Amino acid sequence: MAKAPAQGRTSEPVIPNRERPGEPKRYEASKEELLSFYKEMLLIRRFEEKAGQLYGLGLIGGFCHLYIGQEAVAVGLQSALESGKDSVITGYRDHGHMLAYGIDPKVIMAELTGREAGISRGKGGSMHMFSTEHKFYGGHGIVGAQVSLGAGLAFGHKYSNDGGVCMAYFGDGAANQGQVYESFNMAELWKLPIIFVIENNQYAMGTSVNRASAEDQLYKRGESFRIPGIQVDGMDVLACRGAAEEALAWVRAGKGPIILEMKTYRYRGHSMSDPAKYRSRDEVQAMRDNSDPIEGLKRELNAAGVQEDELKAIEAEIRKVVNAAADFAESAPEPNPEELYTDVLVETY
Amino acid sequence: MPIELKMPALSPTMEEGTLAKWLVKEGDTVKSGDIMAEIETDKATMEFEAVDEGTIAQILVAEGTDNVKVGAVIAVLAGEGEDVDAAKSAQPTEARAGDAAAATPKADEKNDDKAPPTPEGTSQQHAETGARQLFDAADQEGEADPEIPAGTEMVKTTVRDALRDAMAEEMRADDRVFVMGEEVAEYQGAYKVTQGLLAEFGDRRVIDTPITEYGFAGIGTGAAMGGLRPVIEFMTFNFAMQAIDHIINSAAKTNYMSGGQMRCPIVFRGPNGAASRVGAQHSQNYGPWYASVPGLIVIAPYDAADAKGLLKAAIRSTDPVVFLENELMYGRSFDVPKLDDFVLPIGKARIMKPGKDVTIVSYSIGVGLALEAAEKLAGEGIDAEVIDLRTLRPLDTRTVLKSLKKTNRLVVVEEGWPTCSIASEIAAVVMEQGFDDLDAPVLRVTNEDVPLPYAANLEKLALITSDKVVAAVKKVTYKA
Repeated sequence: MAKAPAQGRTSEPVIPNRERPGEPKRYEASKEELLSFYKEMLLIRRFEEKAGQLYGLGLIGGFCHLYIGQEAVAVGLQSALESGKDSVITGYRDHGHMLAYGIDPKVIMAELTGREAGISRGKGGSMHMFSTEHKFYGGHGIVGAQVSLGAGLAFGHKYSNDGGVCMAYFGDGAANQGQVYESFNMAELWKLPIIFVIENNQYAMGTSVNRASAEDQLYKRGESFRIPGIQVDGMDVLACRGAAEEALAWVRAGKGPIILEMKTYRYRGHSMSDPAKYRSRDEVQAMRDNSDPIEGLKRELNAAGVQEDELKAIEAEIRKVVNAAADFAESAPEPNPEELYTDVLVETY
Repeated sequence: MPIELKMPALSPTMEEGTLAKWLVKEGDTVKSGDIMAEIETDKATMEFEAVDEGTIAQILVAEGTDNVKVGAVIAVLAGEGEDVDAAKSAQPTEARAGDAAAATPKADEKNDDKAPPTPEGTSQQHAETGARQLFDAADQEGEADPEIPAGTEMVKTTVRDALRDAMAEEMRADDRVFVMGEEVAEYQGAYKVTQGLLAEFGDRRVIDTPITEYGFAGIGTGAAMGGLRPVIEFMTFNFAMQAIDHIINSAAKTNYMSGGQMRCPIVFRGPNGAASRVGAQHSQNYGPWYASVPGLIVIAPYDAADAKGLLKAAIRSTDPVVFLENELMYGRSFDVPKLDDFVLPIGKARIMKPGKDVTIVSYSIGVGLALEAAEKLAGEGIDAEVIDLRTLRPLDTRTVLKSLKKTNRLVVVEEGWPTCSIASEIAAVVMEQGFDDLDAPVLRVTNEDVPLPYAANLEKLALITSDKVVAAVKKVTYKA
């Protein structure tokens, strides 16, 4: 049985012997910001639904991990970052983070279908997508690898003194990998500018957090490294944004790393081939009914005076964008056979 | 009986050291645990503690003396109640003979009727270890690299210093280059390869890590992805097993997986292969492992010039490089051309000795054995050509095949296991692309197919020797 998403901050200081970040405040968004969050979250939802469809049609192969249910996390957090200055890195469930960073849905979808026009020219696939232009560093298929790599990106920000912060996402499953703690240690030791974001969607594949984690309050996982942690309602985009503000203030002030545990939920299986025997249909339905991040934001928008027909127009626009991306991804040519041998090395020897 | 204080062996490969400083003088009394002297080895400066109690009767090796052999008597201690003067006169000859500061032992005036006795510790210096045969063979030097302009001044340099010079030069030229690893900064390098870098470049660019290979390999790789040029030192490549995921999955594959968008210009370097009597977990050649991975460059130099020129090239390369050094070679000196910017091409083998009867291909420390074998074979009228591959990926098969065309016979020498080895790869390439040039089967001279044993005799049996190379060459030349 999954735990209900956290309401507000439940992260009491364990040992009040050092400075702690402040209580994050729920972000007070303008109407325009609310609309922009809504568009981004809806784009991710519809994009992922379409990807699921294309997978069913055999147009997408291999592993395909959908972000449906978790949209508020990437959208809320990344809306606080400075594009072109801050870096982002994540694991294999990466479509949402790319869309939240404004990367063209066409080249993402074309990568999923393995086409030349894909963002990795068809050579990476769902789990291996990058955009150095956006300082989005992947897209990594080895669980937990992105945490050390993210610490390396943060090391680079500090080394180059460019003022940037790295946001490194990983799941509740990856939170049990050894290298995560090696990275925690060095990140705090060297006061690296990094936000460790644990997207706790309650299940590592089919293993619930409680079945895999001796300490299931994952925001506390940094305590023995003196890294503070905050638990955040990951189903509320404004809570996510508010937590990001607090975390960024901490990190940008040179106080070293911070952990954000985002309590969230994935509606779909771990990947497209997940039989979902480990949780009940009711559990998923209850989450959809009571905690859906998009429905929640819709209520905020209504309260801010946005009319239903405006939201319908947004919905129609997004469906158009997603359909265009799917059409593009289906019709774009596959990579040229010669591409098999390119990009193995950069230089010739 | 007075107690002889002997030059201690402070590392598995130490044979001699510098008596840097005496902290006691004659007449001082010492007790167990007192620090008596500072001794500098090839790796570090170590403190020499007293084990026995007594009075320093005589100091036989002055401070500042270099090349003091392990086991040489450096001082004499009079035990409690013993007469200091008697102790003093008891040991002079042996002490002088053991004083290696003078290359030829000086006979003491009082004892010139006797031949100087064999210094104590001789048995230790020439212990029958398998590594010894590798180490001795490393003296062999080949031809100078063809790329060096005639008339260039040559400077005798150790492999260790050549590697350090390469890093220092590249760090001076490019602020993006930094060195990270265990004990690279304040300790000056576990094998002293990074000696002096902290003083010149500071702790922003020379960074000590905790013992956390997986983590810092990942941090280095991430930094490279972000645009820096890290040099990641592994204390030995045995420990890089904990980090091999980042070397292969993160560093090697990134450029391809990103469709050429994301670079990873990083160098992973450190000692590789068998050292001396350190057992199976510390004695392994990872050359074949990394050389099997597309997306990596793998370099394994033999001498100091190649170590320098290729490490500079590795640091400049936009691709991820695994740079395999050899602990037994660090202290060996070779000529290094004195040039402002000596960079060698990656992916090019080097003909160490031309010959016409047989081709011997090797890399890293095996090249020394190949050259030693070639010398022995010359005495028997067999003219061997010796090729140092230098780069294991991409392999310079052209140079090997060209040589085979000339000699029609090939032996591959590799300090490593036989199965799925570089030697196996060369044999396959030669069969596929040089079959018509072969007058005999290709033979592999490799270590035995066992984890490296500790016992001296077994270690020796497990490792390659020049005699094994000679035997293989005789087989392929039908002279056996």
